[in-house]
Amino acid sequence: MIPPFVIENSPALMVIVPFVAAFIAPFSGRVAPALRALVVGGAMAITSAITLLLASDVYAHGTRLYVFGAQAATLAVPPDSGGIPVRIMFTVDPMSALMLVITAISAFAVVLYSLTSERHHSGLGSYYTLFLLMVTGILGMVSTGDIFNFFVFLEILSIASAGLIAFRIDGGVAVEAAIKYFVLSTIGALAILFAIGIYYGEYNALNMALIAQRMQFTLLDQLALVLIIAALAMKCGAVPMHFWTPDAYSMAPSSITALLVVASQASLYGLFRTVFSLYNIALNAACVGWLIIILGVLSMVVGVTMAIPQKNVKRLMAYHAISQTGYMLLGVGVGLAVLGNQPLLDAFGYMAMEGGIFHIINHAMYKGLLFLTAGAIFFRIGTYDLNKMGGLGHSMKWTMIFFIIGALAIAGIPPFNGFASKLMIYESVFAFNPVLSVIAMVVSILTLASFVKVFHSIFMGPVLPEYKDVREVPRPMLAGMGILALVVILFGIFPSLVVETLVAPAAHALADQGMYIAAVIGGGV
Amino acid sequence: MRMSKIVRTGACILYPLIIVFGLYVVVHGHLTPGGGFQGGAVIATAAALVLVAFSHADIAGMVRKIVFSAQESLGLLLFIGAGILGLLAGAPFFANILANSGLLFGLAVPPGSNPGDLNTAGVIPIMNIAVGVEVWGGLAIILMYLFSATGGEGA
Amino acid sequence: MLYNLPFVAVVVLTIIGLATIVLKRNLIKIFLGITILESAVNLFLVSLGYREGGIAPIYTNAPDRLMVLPTPQALTLTSIVIGVATTALLLSFAIVIWKKYGSIEIGFLRRLKE
Repeated sequence: MIPPFVIENSPALMVIVPFVAAFIAPFSGRVAPALRALVVGGAMAITSAITLLLASDVYAHGTRLYVFGAQAATLAVPPDSGGIPVRIMFTVDPMSALMLVITAISAFAVVLYSLTSERHHSGLGSYYTLFLLMVTGILGMVSTGDIFNFFVFLEILSIASAGLIAFRIDGGVAVEAAIKYFVLSTIGALAILFAIGIYYGEYNALNMALIAQRMQFTLLDQLALVLIIAALAMKCGAVPMHFWTPDAYSMAPSSITALLVVASQASLYGLFRTVFSLYNIALNAACVGWLIIILGVLSMVVGVTMAIPQKNVKRLMAYHAISQTGYMLLGVGVGLAVLGNQPLLDAFGYMAMEGGIFHIINHAMYKGLLFLTAGAIFFRIGTYDLNKMGGLGHSMKWTMIFFIIGALAIAGIPPFNGFASKLMIYESVFAFNPVLSVIAMVVSILTLASFVKVFHSIFMGPVLPEYKDVREVPRPMLAGMGILALVVILFGIFPSLVVETLVAPAAHALADQGMYIAAVIGGGV
Repeated sequence: MRMSKIVRTGACILYPLIIVFGLYVVVHGHLTPGGGFQGGAVIATAAALVLVAFSHADIAGMVRKIVFSAQESLGLLLFIGAGILGLLAGAPFFANILANSGLLFGLAVPPGSNPGDLNTAGVIPIMNIAVGVEVWGGLAIILMYLFSATGGEGA
Repeated sequence: MLYNLPFVAVVVLTIIGLATIVLKRNLIKIFLGITILESAVNLFLVSLGYREGGIAPIYTNAPDRLMVLPTPQALTLTSIVIGVATTALLLSFAIVIWKKYGSIEIGFLRRLKE
């Protein structure tokens, strides 16, 4: 049914298709806007299909290698290279596959949504170019096996997202947010490049598996680790480097914000990949683990406390995004803290990591959904100000239902997916340190309180006179939100199935550095 | 704002030479220092020279921005196309199937120091040309947009 | 000592770049600081690949001598290309800010807070 050519070359094709479409889109738009919609929608559908195909292949047959420019795609170590992997390669292990699944689902839903929501705006040619470049950047970042290639995709992603954050100039305010984001992310990227230089100088290698194999954990490696953790924690919006997040998330068009959430998760992936696959037990796991746990707890608490007084619904959601990132850092941090201690790892470490990783995918889904509902409300009434909203539940029933689903999921109420992953985090973290678990629960309750308030001020109350002829948003936008809502519900109803098939292999792949190295270096000889 | 006649005449004489030099750097990218990006950047300096010597309004009357953005997209598509050649031949993306094949740019290269034959290196020269075209268009359009903001005093 | 001189320059450039970014209040100067920081990282990469007495790693009419490492030069080139894109985007942001606010001092960038 599916030609073997596609499966064999899926890691390359999933990057080629959006990349080519990105540069055809502006010209097809000059012919007819409908043609551009067809090109963008079609390219994204194909990309998502290829990505899901690749992910399912990885889950079925293990880590996939794709070596660019070699004689054969899996020939990581050519016979004449002396046992050293050469060339840029994609290393798609189950953890990468999980991120690919997230990106495929979110990006497809967002494209469906934005084809309608952006219809009346100008400059759509470059909008879709940048959008598809963002997707390319995320897909490349999460699947590459070469640390310099990681940097390149990271920069593609930041440049495209900075352009999109500033896209609605909005009297200059959006540009302010974009400057803030882009200056910080450029400095972060330069820190990462510096770290890459250190690795290259020390180990003569850019391939992550080879660096991991040669890792000595000298003073220079510690410096590189600090640079990378600082830069990527900043990019994923963890406190205390979070201050770009609310600005950028609130000023970007809503559909882009939903994708920015995925982009932040990709940075989080980079952080976990560095700590687990590059260093693993070579580093002082307890110390770095606690560092990540502290970052996580700070993000949770500061994020939620800053969220409560916000008046702008997207700023509020952005602060909640910071707070939810804290859960992922907490879960995976606990796993890292007990790394190397097999009994503890089996007792609760793996479970904490699975909880954290499961939360990544859940967060991308429900937070994307919430931002899309905020965009739908803006689409109809033209404001994000909570004080000016009210009574919309009478006219926008579907949007209200989707908002309720997202809000209950983020607050961790069963049977939605947020509950499943938060429960895993609570249980495992309780075994590690009860105080952390209690903090996580309190934050969850505050999240619920905050969203009840938001729900009340947007949807409840009598119909306001100025909004009495507001209608529901068009069907394609509802379809985009519906995809994400469906995933939220399905993951909430069948959490154990998802954990077993998607999350547990990812957590084990992340913890098992030897497997990652063997997949590259042991594979091609 | 135009500059003096001396500058304008000088720019007119110089810019074809700069473009030729840039094209040389692009085409010899696989043999000598330089390559697609460097050559393209050299050519873009010709655009910068002309933009500085004349005004943006003059240039915008001669060349439309869409030409450059088309050039940029074309360059990128050519680059990707060169990569897809590998896929078509059953090898991975970016595989250099033209090298040593006897076809276009297909002569074999002797190991070690050699006089340098233009007709070697397979898809690498093609990619250099693609990148050159793309950087030329891309930087030129960036310059034109930046200069368009300076049009009209203080606007 | 002489061999380490580039690395000393890297440190000095990094400090100048960071200080410019943190201390200056003019957007263009901040962007210049980013460019200086970028040059510091590029210099770091290039000097990693340098071998004493090495020549450029190009075989066309090359004398039979030690060559410097080509990989860091490729990395540097990529980083320069990305730097061009970054600078262009930052400058166009500065132009928009100038047009909308009439100033590029960061003291004026306060509208987000309101």
